[in-house]
Amino acid sequence: MGEFKVHRVRFFNYVPSGIRCVAYNNQSNRLAVSRTDGTVEIYNLSANYFQEKFFPGHESRATEALCWAAGQRLFSAGLNGEIIEYDLQALNIKYAVDAFGGPIWSMTASPSGSQLLVGCEDGSVKLFQITPDKIQFERNFDRQKSRILSLSWHPSGTHIAAGSIDYITVFDVKSGSTIHKMTVDRQYMGASKRKCIVWGVVFLSDGTVISVDSAGKVQFWDSATGTLVKNHLISNADVLSIAVADHEDSFVVGTAEGTVFHFQLVPVTSNSSEKQWVRTKPFQHHTHDVRAVAHSPTALISGGTDTHLVIRPLMEKIEVKNYDAALRKITFPHRRLISCSKRRQLLLFQFAHHLELWRLGSTVATGKNGDTLPLSKNADHLLHLKTKGPENIICSCISPCGSWIAYSTASRFFLCRLNYDQDNISLKRVSKMPAFLHSALHILFSEDSAKLFVASNQGSLHVMQLLEGSFKHLHTFQPPSGGNLVTGHRESCLCLSPAIFWLQPSLLFGGSGLGIRTRHLSLLKLHCTVPAYNFPVTALAIAPNTNNLVLAHSDQQVFEYSIPDKQYTEWSRTIQKQGFHQVWLQRDTPITHISFHPKRPMHILLHDAYMFCIIDKSLIVLSQGLVLSRSLPYTGQTYFPRKSETGHVPRIYKLFKPLLFLDLLDEKTLVAVERPLDDIIAQLPPPIKKKKFGT
Amino acid sequence: MVEEESLRVVRCGGSELNFRRPVFSADSKYVFCVSGDFVKVYSTATEECVHILHGHRNLVTGIQLNPNNHLQLYSCSFDGTIKLWDYVDGILIKTFTVGCQLHALFTLTQTEDSVFVIINKEKPDVFQLVSVKLPKSSGQEIEAKELSIVLDYINQSPKCIAFGNEGEYVAAVRDFYLSVYFFKKKTTSRFTLSSSRNKKRSKNNFTCVACHPKEDCIASGHKDGKIRLWRNFNDDKKYTYTCLHWHHDLVMDLAFSVTGGHKGTSLLSGGRESVLVEWRDTVEKNKEFLPRLGATIEHIAVSPAGDLFCTSHSDNKIVVIHRNLEASAVIQGLVKDRSIFTGLMIDPRTKALVLNGKPGHLQFYSLQSDKQLYNLDIIQQEFINDYGLIQIELTKAAFGYFGNWLATVEQRQEKETELELQMKLWLFNKKTQGFVLNTKINMPHEDHITALCFCNAEKSEQPTLVTASKDGHFKVWILTDDSDIYKKAVGWTCDFVGSYHKYQATNCCFSEDGSLLAVSFEEIVTIWDSGTWELKCTFCQRAGKIRHLCFGRLTCSKYLVGATENGILCCWNLLSCALEWSAKLNIRVMEPDPDSENIAAVSQSSGGSDLFVFKPSEPRPLYIQKNISREEVQWGVFVPRDVPESFTSEAYQWLNRSQFYFLTKSQSLLTFSTESPEEKLTPTSKQLLAEESLPTTPFYFILGKHRQQQDETLNEALDNELVQLPLTENIPAVNELLHTPAHVLPSASFLCTMFVNSLLLSKETKSAEEMPDDIDMKEEKESDDSDEENDFTEKVQDTNDTDLGEDVVRQLSKAEEKELRKFRKVDYSWIAAL
Repeated sequence: MGEFKVHRVRFFNYVPSGIRCVAYNNQSNRLAVSRTDGTVEIYNLSANYFQEKFFPGHESRATEALCWAAGQRLFSAGLNGEIIEYDLQALNIKYAVDAFGGPIWSMTASPSGSQLLVGCEDGSVKLFQITPDKIQFERNFDRQKSRILSLSWHPSGTHIAAGSIDYITVFDVKSGSTIHKMTVDRQYMGASKRKCIVWGVVFLSDGTVISVDSAGKVQFWDSATGTLVKNHLISNADVLSIAVADHEDSFVVGTAEGTVFHFQLVPVTSNSSEKQWVRTKPFQHHTHDVRAVAHSPTALISGGTDTHLVIRPLMEKIEVKNYDAALRKITFPHRRLISCSKRRQLLLFQFAHHLELWRLGSTVATGKNGDTLPLSKNADHLLHLKTKGPENIICSCISPCGSWIAYSTASRFFLCRLNYDQDNISLKRVSKMPAFLHSALHILFSEDSAKLFVASNQGSLHVMQLLEGSFKHLHTFQPPSGGNLVTGHRESCLCLSPAIFWLQPSLLFGGSGLGIRTRHLSLLKLHCTVPAYNFPVTALAIAPNTNNLVLAHSDQQVFEYSIPDKQYTEWSRTIQKQGFHQVWLQRDTPITHISFHPKRPMHILLHDAYMFCIIDKSLIVLSQGLVLSRSLPYTGQTYFPRKSETGHVPRIYKLFKPLLFLDLLDEKTLVAVERPLDDIIAQLPPPIKKKKFGT
Repeated sequence: MVEEESLRVVRCGGSELNFRRPVFSADSKYVFCVSGDFVKVYSTATEECVHILHGHRNLVTGIQLNPNNHLQLYSCSFDGTIKLWDYVDGILIKTFTVGCQLHALFTLTQTEDSVFVIINKEKPDVFQLVSVKLPKSSGQEIEAKELSIVLDYINQSPKCIAFGNEGEYVAAVRDFYLSVYFFKKKTTSRFTLSSSRNKKRSKNNFTCVACHPKEDCIASGHKDGKIRLWRNFNDDKKYTYTCLHWHHDLVMDLAFSVTGGHKGTSLLSGGRESVLVEWRDTVEKNKEFLPRLGATIEHIAVSPAGDLFCTSHSDNKIVVIHRNLEASAVIQGLVKDRSIFTGLMIDPRTKALVLNGKPGHLQFYSLQSDKQLYNLDIIQQEFINDYGLIQIELTKAAFGYFGNWLATVEQRQEKETELELQMKLWLFNKKTQGFVLNTKINMPHEDHITALCFCNAEKSEQPTLVTASKDGHFKVWILTDDSDIYKKAVGWTCDFVGSYHKYQATNCCFSEDGSLLAVSFEEIVTIWDSGTWELKCTFCQRAGKIRHLCFGRLTCSKYLVGATENGILCCWNLLSCALEWSAKLNIRVMEPDPDSENIAAVSQSSGGSDLFVFKPSEPRPLYIQKNISREEVQWGVFVPRDVPESFTSEAYQWLNRSQFYFLTKSQSLLTFSTESPEEKLTPTSKQLLAEESLPTTPFYFILGKHRQQQDETLNEALDNELVQLPLTENIPAVNELLHTPAHVLPSASFLCTMFVNSLLLSKETKSAEEMPDDIDMKEEKESDDSDEENDFTEKVQDTNDTDLGEDVVRQLSKAEEKELRKFRKVDYSWIAAL
């Protein structure tokens, strides 16, 4: 494969918002993460931590608490005083209930999952009954003097611990009355004027209450007597979060200094039954406040203001060395925020509340491999498009010709026409959107920019004919009826082939796994169904020449499916037979984009957040013999690994880190959008200053 | 006097006290430490050496209390024996011969009849921890050959082995792994840390280990300064550890301390920072510090009761520390941390050996008591212990005028051209009994000072100091009046600068009467008149640069002796100004004896160092001792004897009035002796034992220290006192009974009659002795008017010197009383007359 001219784009000023809460659901092995802008993301831990679903944020909804209840129902509560339940199928908000207690600071579900408890600003603790389709207020507990910042239920469901400012209260659930009030020292060994905020409490089944507070203490209380049992000073700053394992043999706390501490219950001596809580390992994976922690059976999960979601596996709990055994750091969403107009060399960047359109720079200079070429024309910021209203943008797309921009929020769909007049650009919004087009999960333009495909959250796919300044609704593919089979998954990917185009809108649960349906557009009927697979698709594309569908799954498997033949291709079968190399399977991040070289049909270009890879089908088989060089030197724009004795290996490029988007502009030009982590850190508020030894 | 044994080289104290972890006695009254071939027993309260347990024939490598009888002590040595001592009386009880070099010793309460030692049997660098079964036999010399290997391939340092939880397991660390052997299960678990592959963790090496006394918890120290606390290690998979990180450099030693009533256990750690860190409850945030301990902490020991800690330091010091982190006693040996520039000197006042001590200090070391007297801070700057930092070095020092003046030179050279040089002159202050800085001279010369000497003539009217330097000059400094309107003062100023053809001045030396000054300029010796500073004559032998130069003394004062680098020893006659004789000898050290004509010279050859003692008047040496040391001898000094010896043999007569000490390259201080070293080191242990029973009040400490400085008169009083106090000491049977260890005594019933009989018999003799005492007492009672004073005398009876002081006071008061009475009479008569 020849050399490329690469546009390295670093002007995408994307800053993910900080993580506020995480909630782990043991039943489905899923993790719900809420961010400070109100976005809620759902990660499937069994599918290699793939971000399955997300609920777009809203300016007025600052989530303060998140919990799973009644099986797999997800609730959140926030400072607007509302309790919200999410519809995990339709990917929208089912309903919101005002708790009438001012801002809600904490929420927890009962061990049985049938009741929900919220702690409010006015010091009230309110109990809600969860009914199959709603929640219903049941009663108030004894009202406290100040806000309830943390709540925990005793595993038997009879008692509740509530952390407030300067004290912890233990309630009896049946009577709703206070049993004990345990006052927390304002400072470790001494008095301070600053109030001590109990950021988190955990009620263990033996009656021990563990509290974490703003004085940096982790304290163990006996709830029967209301006395302090043990005290661990672990930080000079606040300890913000706590999560305990299901077996109650370990717990994890997160501090404002970015450190996560692990506590374990270990026997005092090997031959005695006496056990004690011991602080074991500190983990410093965060630079800022760790606002939320979770404890899954095999891992410690933490998230904070520095926007990373860190999954630290507990090596002693892991039986087999597999994907779970490595430390994961998830920073960027597993969806595309960037679209590209190849013809006009435009990039459309999607932010939470606006879109930015940029024209790539150009150069006339030439150089040899690895040179950095000087720009003759700088990149232009063409357009800054702000949305109205408090809702976040869900998705956006620019047409290949560059004259259309479509984007959608949770309640509205927007389509704009761009006119280029030399250097001036005029934008005209297409009004009169049809009623059914109020929200889209995915938007795609056809290669000739004549058609627009919109995947809506009802599970249907709308096809639109674009005309100069207006559009015409052509067809709507409804999800196949059959009731329960349609689960309305987020349609993660859309793809088109140029001639007769194929698309993949709905992911269907077909028994054990996911199925992908391809439809013949010109015939408007179902052409075939790709066999089901256990792991969700992270990226897919249809090769322009061969009409082969290439699928990447979250377990790092890559398939090639021939649409005309309605079966897997020979190459795909060989790969599946031989299996992928271990190194390939152990990569962190899912493949987010697949593209093809227009002149070389045998090449497949794949990329994830850390690498970019070219698979040459004619030469290699991704087999056990595959050698992947993990640490390629940073030499320049492209890098060609040495040929090993065993034959050709796929070329893996790790130049761009972290890589958000990469595509071919033409045969000789690549565009790569990077977002260095340091730039994100620089835009965050400064972390708590820690004295570093020797400085 | 009988014919002397052959003269031999002996190690004279100054041996390392910090070689192994010290051990406390069960009651924390004593602390034991290995010191060369001996074990020393120090009192934790008085810092005095109470006993020296000698018997090993090689380096002692480990000591432990006998867990079954805490009045006994085990020790092991490179000579392949384990010895059991009664440390209270300093008696060797048993010797177990193992047969191979023993590197460390461990004991356990649970394994009564066996101890653990580290040996290396097969390969030189492979060490094993073995348990040795000590056979129960009544004999004195017992063979212990029953060895069983516990752990193989371990680190030789005993810091890397620890026994935990009442002997259920033993933990050993080496390189990057921790191995734990469980005695019950007979299994070994190994926990490995990631090694240097990852750059961030490249200093993960284990350095030391300690086990929690109550819980299953192992603490390990690491090269990067971290302390890891391992728990759950009986499960290979679920083991976990926690990190404590304060040290920035490697953790030298760790120890757990248990406090009795309180639940908390604290961990003590120390390292190069010379700060003792106490981690209360082994919690990271809960730590206390004892900073400024002076030097790298090498070992930490905790007393069995937990009330005392002690740290041994790289500057050969043991600090006893209270539970509340207050240093209570310092046991300081000869500091041997750094290279010696000043050479060996004798302080004319205290007769102490003076040399470089702590960084920037001069140490005064008493050869008689094997103890450091004090440190004099010369550089007076905070010492920053950091690798690669160029420090100010104390390079030269000299005493003058009977110890009244001390001159020191310090230098620091960062680059070739940047030399910082400072000369300080110190005056002895009689009031404070210490040296006080008098004059500070910046850059006394342009280049390094090579020699420094005072004119020590008795009749010289003006104190004079001469410095010789590489810049080609020698300068004469004299003491002048530096008074101004504010105060009277004296100071040193430069009086004369001399040079000779721009040669580098290498040595300078005054003649005994101070009339002549000899300065060597590379190959040429110049003689100057000290009155007029005129060049009198020059000697040039063209035999290489002069390395040593000295005038002869007493009858040989007309000779000047010089040694050159090319290995020629020359002796010039000053009257004839001609070479008297010369000899081919590669001399490293040349030292004149201040009390005789003798000059000692140590020559270096390929085989070792040889000693020659000669008089300048005759070219034949008085005495030759070949091969005194295999290493290079760096410095030597004659130390005048307090009591002159009387060697009749002609060869040893040079040792009659003074003793020759020398220091080798590895900094062992050696001397010549005909007697065994044990006899020589006779501390007044009896006296000290008597002192043990005294209450330790602050008064006691003041008086106890004061006592050391007083001498003979006091000793006499002391002897009397000792005779008076225990009257039963005269009875041999009782004496025997009291001084025999309890375990070798026959049964009490057998002894009873003998004991009672002895008391009965002695009564007659005793009463005779007691009578005069009683009379004395009565007399005192009669003379003393008040009862209070009488009570007072009884109270202070047990402290010797206060008693003495009291006597003086009492006598004075009697005299005064008589006088007063006289006066009273006179007064009355006078009044009556009126």
